[in-house]
Amino acid sequence: MSYATSLYLTAAEIGLSITALVLLLLAAWNGDRSARLLTIIAVAALVGAAIFSIGLFDRSASEVAGRAFGDLYRADAFGSFGKVLIYLASAAVLIVTPRFFTQLGGYRAEYPVLMLFNAVGMGIMVSATDLMTLYIGLEMSSLSSYVLASFLRQDDRSSEAGLKYFVLGALASGIILYGVSLVYGFTGSTNYDGIRAAFALDFSTGALFGVVFVLAGVAFKISAVPFHMWTPDVYEGAPTPVTAFFASAPKVAAMGVLVRIAMDPFAGEVDAWRQIIIFAALASIVVGALGAIGQQNLKRLLAYSSINNVGFILIGLAAATAAGVASVLTYLTIYVAMVIGSFTALLMLRDPAGQNLETFADIAGLSTRRPALAWCLLVLMFSLAGIPPLFGFWGKFVVFQAAVQADLVALAAIGIAASVIGAFYYLKFIKVMFFDEPTRDVETSSPVSHWAVLGVCVAILSPLGYLLTIPLGEWTAQAAASFVAAM
Amino acid sequence: MEFPILSLMLAVPLAGAIACLFLGAHTARMVALVATLVDLALGVLLWLNYDIGGAQWQFTERAEIFAGFSYALGIDGIALMLIMLSVFLMPICILASWDAISKRVGEYMSAFLLMEVLMIGVFASQDMFLFYIFFEAGLIPMYLIIGVWGGDNRIYASYKFFLYTLLGSVLMLIAMLWMANEAGTTDIPTLLNYDFSPQAQTWLWLAFFASFAVKMPMWPVHTWLPDAHVQAPTAGSVILAGVLLKLGGYGFIRFSLPMFPEASAQFTWFVFVLSMIAVIYTSLVALVQSDMKKLIAYSSVAHMAIVTAGIFAFNAQGIEGAVMVMLGHGLVSGALFLCVGVIYDRLHTREIARYGGLAINMPRYALFFLLFTMASIGLPGTSNFVGEFLALAGLYKVSTLVTLVCTTGIILGAAYMLYLYRRVVFGLQVNEDAARMPDLNAREWAMLAPIAAAVLWMGVYPESFLAPMRQDIAALEARVARAAPDFDADNTIGTPREHNANYVGFAHGEARGEEGAH
Repeated sequence: MSYATSLYLTAAEIGLSITALVLLLLAAWNGDRSARLLTIIAVAALVGAAIFSIGLFDRSASEVAGRAFGDLYRADAFGSFGKVLIYLASAAVLIVTPRFFTQLGGYRAEYPVLMLFNAVGMGIMVSATDLMTLYIGLEMSSLSSYVLASFLRQDDRSSEAGLKYFVLGALASGIILYGVSLVYGFTGSTNYDGIRAAFALDFSTGALFGVVFVLAGVAFKISAVPFHMWTPDVYEGAPTPVTAFFASAPKVAAMGVLVRIAMDPFAGEVDAWRQIIIFAALASIVVGALGAIGQQNLKRLLAYSSINNVGFILIGLAAATAAGVASVLTYLTIYVAMVIGSFTALLMLRDPAGQNLETFADIAGLSTRRPALAWCLLVLMFSLAGIPPLFGFWGKFVVFQAAVQADLVALAAIGIAASVIGAFYYLKFIKVMFFDEPTRDVETSSPVSHWAVLGVCVAILSPLGYLLTIPLGEWTAQAAASFVAAM
Repeated sequence: MEFPILSLMLAVPLAGAIACLFLGAHTARMVALVATLVDLALGVLLWLNYDIGGAQWQFTERAEIFAGFSYALGIDGIALMLIMLSVFLMPICILASWDAISKRVGEYMSAFLLMEVLMIGVFASQDMFLFYIFFEAGLIPMYLIIGVWGGDNRIYASYKFFLYTLLGSVLMLIAMLWMANEAGTTDIPTLLNYDFSPQAQTWLWLAFFASFAVKMPMWPVHTWLPDAHVQAPTAGSVILAGVLLKLGGYGFIRFSLPMFPEASAQFTWFVFVLSMIAVIYTSLVALVQSDMKKLIAYSSVAHMAIVTAGIFAFNAQGIEGAVMVMLGHGLVSGALFLCVGVIYDRLHTREIARYGGLAINMPRYALFFLLFTMASIGLPGTSNFVGEFLALAGLYKVSTLVTLVCTTGIILGAAYMLYLYRRVVFGLQVNEDAARMPDLNAREWAMLAPIAAAVLWMGVYPESFLAPMRQDIAALEARVARAAPDFDADNTIGTPREHNANYVGFAHGEARGEEGAH
């Protein structure tokens, strides 16, 4: 394994890092005037990184399973799939960001730079095959997230969100680090292969504690119950584009970490972690659904919705099979489209003065004021509720299929029954838009960039999305095959 | 390759639905009417080309464009009849909404056309998951139809409709996933002959039952229906009663019975008990309703109970009768809702007490209403008689008790329908405004006359409708025969006597012999 190969396999992250550093210099020299230009460059860099990852996805099988830097990092099909999703999601969020901050007079050149550093961290997270690499990626992503959450410095809610996220996030990092130290202590290795080999020989109670702590820390990052408490506050307080980002790309990255940890180093101890995942899955589905019912703020509602969705994704992981991993990736892909679509639509909701609207009362009767936007939201909401023929159904379909195939029929039955509770508040969303009388004026036009992002998301989620099921199935199966060696 | 007529029948209303979203009120109405009429014409073509006694599955199409399931269409006789019912009622629904709907017409028509796509899709699906997608997707347009264009309490009704039916269906999905995993196929014709272990069947049957019983709707999960019916606009009620309620019965015939015969036998009494309670209880409830739509809604529950009882009779007569009741009830209850709609459009109330003596100022209306009332009661010569008679005859072979109770329900049915008719059409003209209502106009004629013709056709010559289904129902009967339960009706056929009953035996024989000797 030559050094050049290692550099080639990590070229996406390296390229993004260099771009971010150059942009940082430009930002320092030019100030906030060039913020828009920097955003465009950052989007281009993210799309480029995604294209590179697609190229790597096809080739990853041939080149020593994509191992780089002495197996600290693995650019396998799973990692590449996750990265494509992360980079494209970040790019999409970045496209709809500037308008929001311009209105509030707060758009600054650091924003795209932070997004890029965040993307690098997330890329490292999904590819990390060593606990140290993992921690570096996690912190790189988290630290830029804390800053992004409090990006509107003058806004109390934003600062509060940033602080809350930082304190709880730091705690979670500490928990992970503690788990890592236990695992290292009991196995003598931080490398995933090494840990798996050591666990195969002897899996002691102490090591179990290590596993539990690591999983708990990661569960915080994906906001699975019972580590979800920060989510509604941070999602509500953070600027909307940042919330859109938090709900999409970092979720993918953290879920990637969780899947890789569960299926690679801990693959031999499925029985040890499966019950944790099952509990977190069902609890997330129920708490996410019940918590959302009383909410008036749409961002808060979508926060609970994301908790709810994480529960469904975890059901796929609980299957602990290749089909389960594939279903997680399928669900994540659809989930990203749903989340970005929903938040983009939310960003397009403004009153004529340009104030962002974010409560139920604001969107009453939207279908008569902005029919196109209301129909897009209808597609998104029914998709989130998992009602066929919209594509959101397919995500639920594959995770439940994986669970049933793994003989977890009871889990699947309880999970799907609980999804009906969730349907209630998505229905409320539609009810308010379509059945209620309009109460206030809304801005009647939105920029093309927003429409483009929303249009792509809605097209994927419309019944047309089912045409994607075959390629998506192949890609996710290929990505899941990364762990076959481990299983 | 054959001409893909089923896909075309899905594509026409779908194209219409998309077009209607962007059109103005008048054009949208026209587009919707044309699209539904084209689909009706295609349906007639389908029926004419259906080869009675030919292959079990006809007009099959298959395309592997999805992962995990296929786009597979095809129909047998039962599906053909239900598709005909859907395409027949659809143009009538559009006509019924012509003037009654004035706000957001394009979206309304679009929702209806979408509904038509999904209903045809349900009946034509040959893949389990494709069926599920169509089955479940119907919730979305119906939710909007009730919620946007419904009555005063529409929001409660729309939520109740959606969540009830969703909760029913989701467990069916898990059962389907398990079946696909176990049998290794999602193809319905293959699954029809796959034998699941009896233990598994019990669970699968219950999961499917949860879904179909809610759709049907069976007592005690019927409570969404009166709310949904009352709040929905007229055409919505017609579609709900006419076609959507048939999805449950179709599901029992297509899935529960042939795929899980042992479990069906095991649960037969459960279904019978629920059906008996439903027939009596909902008929009694219907008797005391003061809201016309609510009354017809409860009568639907009672009729559907006869369908479930007939299906679980495990014999061809019972099942044929059940399908005929579904078809007949689809026409008749649809027509009754239209009759209610006609006077609702004039007076904007469904209170029975506000009407009276309509026979005086609306004689033609009174005639149609009478025909449909009689059909609903099951008068010989009308559609419902054929179905109810067959269903009860089939049921009688199985259980005299259940038949007795269900027949009592029919008597009660006569009571509440005639009582309704007396209060609305006969008697004195108590209200000025009701007395001033004009008789049917041309559009209303066009709505009611075809249904009246179909009702009489089905009553006088049911063979047209039974012939395409006969072979499929015989196959179904053969499939479930091994599990058919024994019940109290002792129908063992005795050995016939050698001679007529008035045969005097030896002496007579001798006499004839003597006669011959002469």
